[in-house]
Parts: sequence; C-alpha cells; structure tokens
Amino acid sequence: MTNPASPPCDAEAAICARGITRDFEAGQTTIRVLHGIDTDIRSGEMTYVVGESGSGKTTLISIMCGILWPTEGEVKVFGTDIYKLSDTELVNFRLNNIGFIFQQYNLIPSIDAAANAAVPLIAKGMPVDEAREKAKVLLEKLNIGNQADKLPRQLSGGQQQRVAIARALVHEPRLVVCDEPTAALDARSGRRVMDLLREVAVAPDRACIIVTHDNRIFDLADRIIVLEDGRITHDGKEMPDGH
Amino acid sequence: MLWIAIRMLTGDAQKFYGLLFGIAFSTLLITQQMTIFVNLVQRGASGVYNAPEAEVWVMDPVSRTTDVSYAMPSTALDKVRSVKGVEWAVPHLRAQANVRTAEGDLEGVAVIGVDDATLIGLPKRMAEGDKAVLFAPDAVAVDDTGALRFFPAGVSPIGARLELNDQRALIRGIADSIPSFTSTVVLYTRYSNALNFVPGTRNRLSFVLVGVSEGQTPAEVADRIEAETGLKAETREEFAQAGIDFIIENTGIPTNFGITVFLGFVVGVAIVGLTFSLFIRDNIKQFGALKAIGVTNGKIVRMVAAQAGLVGMIGYALGVIGTVLFIFGFSANPFFKGFYIPWQVPLISLVAVVIILAITGLIAIRSVLKTEPAAVFR
Ligand SMILES: Nc1ncnc2c1ncn2[C@@H]1O[C@H](COP(=O)(O)OP(=O)(O)O)[C@@H](O)[C@H]1O
Ligand SMILES: [Mg+2]
Repeated sequence: MTNPASPPCDAEAAICARGITRDFEAGQTTIRVLHGIDTDIRSGEMTYVVGESGSGKTTLISIMCGILWPTEGEVKVFGTDIYKLSDTELVNFRLNNIGFIFQQYNLIPSIDAAANAAVPLIAKGMPVDEAREKAKVLLEKLNIGNQADKLPRQLSGGQQQRVAIARALVHEPRLVVCDEPTAALDARSGRRVMDLLREVAVAPDRACIIVTHDNRIFDLADRIIVLEDGRITHDGKEMPDGH
Repeated sequence: MLWIAIRMLTGDAQKFYGLLFGIAFSTLLITQQMTIFVNLVQRGASGVYNAPEAEVWVMDPVSRTTDVSYAMPSTALDKVRSVKGVEWAVPHLRAQANVRTAEGDLEGVAVIGVDDATLIGLPKRMAEGDKAVLFAPDAVAVDDTGALRFFPAGVSPIGARLELNDQRALIRGIADSIPSFTSTVVLYTRYSNALNFVPGTRNRLSFVLVGVSEGQTPAEVADRIEAETGLKAETREEFAQAGIDFIIENTGIPTNFGITVFLGFVVGVAIVGLTFSLFIRDNIKQFGALKAIGVTNGKIVRMVAAQAGLVGMIGYALGVIGTVLFIFGFSANPFFKGFYIPWQVPLISLVAVVIILAITGLIAIRSVLKTEPAAVFR
C-alpha cells in the first residue's frame, strides 16, 4: 500500500520505491526493519546507501533489485512494477536489467575467470565460447585480461572482486547494485575499487547503488541516502554534519 | 547453464570421484549379486539342461527334481513307450555313491546312468574323449567339476581308476556339463553299469526320458503319459523350473542375496546421498548467486538433474563393466562355469541407480530451491 502522501513516481526514475516496509519474524515477535521508505534512484549517478550496521541497508537494496519481497509498498524498476511480475518474469527481469556485485563474490570455483564473468550471458543462452570472449574484453578493461584463464582460487582477493565486477556488468544491465564493496579492503584498495566502479559502472543510462558504511569513501558519491533504524534520515550530495 | 553445472561437478574432483564410486559400487554389488543369484538358482535345473535330448521327463509322482527322486519299477519304461506320441523313451538312473580317489580320499558323487544303446542322457558335448568311450566295460565319464576336484592340475583323469562303491571304474572321458547347485562330482556311465555301481534296491529306474513324435507338443504328450500311466510327466521347461523353485524354496539363498542387494542399494543411497548433499552444500552460495543473477528454478533443477545424471551414467557404466570383468575373470573357475548376465539384471540395477539418484537429487534440489536469492547479500 502506498502512502497517499507519497509523491507520484517520476517517469525518468530508474527505481521508484514507495511505502516500502519489511518485517522479519524473530521467534514470537515481528521486527519491522524498514518503515515506509519512499525514494527514487536516478540513472547516471552513483547513489550510496549508508548507515550503521543493522539499519536495513541490505534489506532495502534487496527489495529494490527484486530479490526480496517487501511486506508493503511497491517498487518500479524502469517503469516495471517488479513485484507484480510472476516468479519467472521477475527472474528474467533481473537477468536482463540488473547486475549484482555480492560482498562475498560467490564465484564458481571450477570455471575460469572469463567464464565466471560470462555467467549472465551464458544464463541468457549465449554459447559459452562467445560469452567468454565478450567477458574477456571487460576483464581487459578491468586490467585482469591476463588472468582470464585462471580459476578463482588462483586469483588474489582483489582480482576475484574485479571478476565479480565484470560479471555484474558483462550483460550491460541498466541497474547495478553492490553491497559493501570495500568492507574487506584497506583504505587504498577501497578507493581504487570505488574509482574503478565509477569508471566502468556509471553510465548515463545506468543507475548504480552502492551500500556501504565505510566513511573513507563517502566523498566519491554523487548522492548519499542515510538510513537509520529503517528510516531515511538524510538524502543529499554530501553527508550531513556530524558524520 | 548445463556446461556450468557439469564443470561445477567435475571441478570438485574429490566429490565427483566419491559420487562415481558410490554409484559404481552400488551398481557392481547389485548387478554382481543378482547375476550370481540367478545363475546359482538356475543350477537347480542343471540336471535337466545336461540331458538336452529329453523333451519330457517321466517320474514317480512323489519325485520333485533331478536330485530329489523316488525310483520306479522297471516296468514303467514299457508303459511309457506304449503311450501315443512317444517317439522314444529311455531309462535314466540317478543315484548317490562314494568314490575312493587315487589319493585315497573319499568323496560323494552322483552317478548318472544313461541309455545303453543311444547314450541319451549325456550332456551335449564331451570336454575330452568321445561319447562312444562309454561303450567300453567299466567306463565312466567324469564331469569337469570332478576332473578338477579329483586330479591335480596338469594330470589327465583319462585312464585313471576309481573305486566306486567297491566296484572298479575306469575314467575314459570328461563331460562338458553345467555343475549342479552343490557342485557335486558327477560320473556318467551306461545304465547297465550304473546298476552294478550303485547298491541295489528293487526299483532303480529314476526317470524315463522321452522324445515326442513329430506333430506333438511335449505338453500334450506329458499330459497323455500322466493320464495313461499314473506317473508324473513334466516337459523340459516345467522340470527345469521345478529344480529352480526347489532351490529357491529350500535354501536361504534368496534371503541372503536379497539382503546383499538391499545393502548395495542402502550403501549407494548413503554414499551418494551424503556426497551429493555435501557437494550441494558447498555450492549453495553459488546456486544462490545464480538465482539472484537471474537463473530460473526450472534451470536450476535441470542443472542439478544434469549433475546427477552424469554421475549416474558414468557410475552405472563402471559398475556394469566391473560385473562383466568379474564374471569374465572368474569364468575359468568351475563354480562360475556358464555364468551369464541376464538382461533383466542390469536393467534392475539401472532402476536402482535411478531411484538412488532420484532420492538424493530431490533432497538436493529441495535445498537449492529453498535458498532465498536474498541470502547472497548476507
Ligand atoms: N532474513 C532475516 N531474518 C530476520 N531478521 C533479519 C533478516 N534479514 C535482516 N534481518 C534483520 O534486519 C535488520 C537489518 O538488516 P540488514 O538489512 O542486513 O542491515 P544492514 O545491511 O544495514 O546491516 C537487522 O536487525 C537484521 O538482524
Ligand atoms: Mg548489510
């Protein structure tokens, strides 16, 4: 149910979330993790969702990218009301429109870097060889073209992350979501990854959402949404004072 | 996606080989044990198979198998011969006797007396010597089981003397026969000789072997013999089945083999189930990631099915090949003589493999389908 007070969706918005709540059952009690979130995400910029651990960031982006049902509210992604789709339609919608960068990269251990990066193309039905070739081009761009034939375990953590980034972008999705990309990295590597993401992920017709509580990289955002206890308390170009 | 599924599986060599081993082991155990079982119970009919000319077996009504028989008066032979549709009828004697071998060992043997004139009642082929050697006085042919049992390797039994219930017998040939269920040594001799070798009771005629006239079926002739003589007459197939049934009913064999086959199945479920669950659990994050990225549940199910199917096919083939090699490897051993793998046996083990994989695959698929795509962000 959208709140009648909520503004209508902007036709230009990549994501339009209205009245999002989410409850989790914890034993006997129900915990409300998100309390009526209204927000629009725009293409062409890098939007950060920041907040303390447990504030509901992961829950919010999971709902916005179609992998977690909201308890209430609706989400339009590029105009499609995604939770009105059938299960299969939603899965295919994700495949065609969304790139994921998981915190644990979740690469498949027994296929090489190029094949891992090519997974979305293979899932779309592209022949493996062709998909690998396309993925290799992207790996070149990410400076790990010479690692294309290596298995994930033969790569360093940073290289694995680049493979995961390539996998999120290889099918040229219009929305990229990324949960805590710098959590496991030191300050310098963290900045390098964020610079890289700006370079490869941000495009005029693509929206990019980064979830983080890493204050070392806040200055790289185009827009910062602050979540506190499941409510948006700030939305602007920079962090509010006191952070 | 199937390419990815297969690579996921084969890339984890330890589990892949574990799964193959589980399936191959189950298949081998089930196929091999059922093969031995089928061949072993068929040994209950070896007496029938070893007298291939007989189309109808006539016996006292209480007789049950070639080895469990009650002798008839010798007049039975003429009664049978007078029945319409009987082309020929010959006497057949089967009795137990004791033999003292050259080494001085005592062994129980079966003595089979075949028709003096036609030698009907002998196995189809001789392994050594011609059937005609039996026309000589005191001549016996030992079966190949006996040739191996009584004589050391390299020593020919031909020309050896045996003391058979105090009578002298001279081995003149070796019969190529199917061993009996108990692998008892068999001595073939002419009916008139057999009467001398085996201590006398009044009635000695164990069976009358019958060939039917052209245009008659053995079943018709058997019915007519029963009606006209009051004796029991069975066709070759009926009597062979009676021998098999006797083994099944009177030994623990079916239970024992049944238990082993069941254990093979259980071990298969255990090994394959555990290994496959471990494999799926190790890859559950990857499956979750695939679901989030946009792989439908239907495709996930097909991936798991392809993984199970690949393991099943290779493992099953290895198990069947293993059984063939086993049977082939032991074919020189008289116990395994004539062993074959009936086509039903690999089919049954295939069904067992399919069930094993269906059980484990369904459990695996359930856990994959239950995984929330949202779990990948945790
Ligand atoms: N599947 C779940 N079941 C129960 N509680 C959950 C579940 N997912 C998240 N939560 C709870 O929701 C709250 C917000 O979680 P999350 O969105 O992961 O926060 P963040 O990403 O900001 O750290 C936490 O208190 C967490 O324990
Ligand atoms: Mg989180």
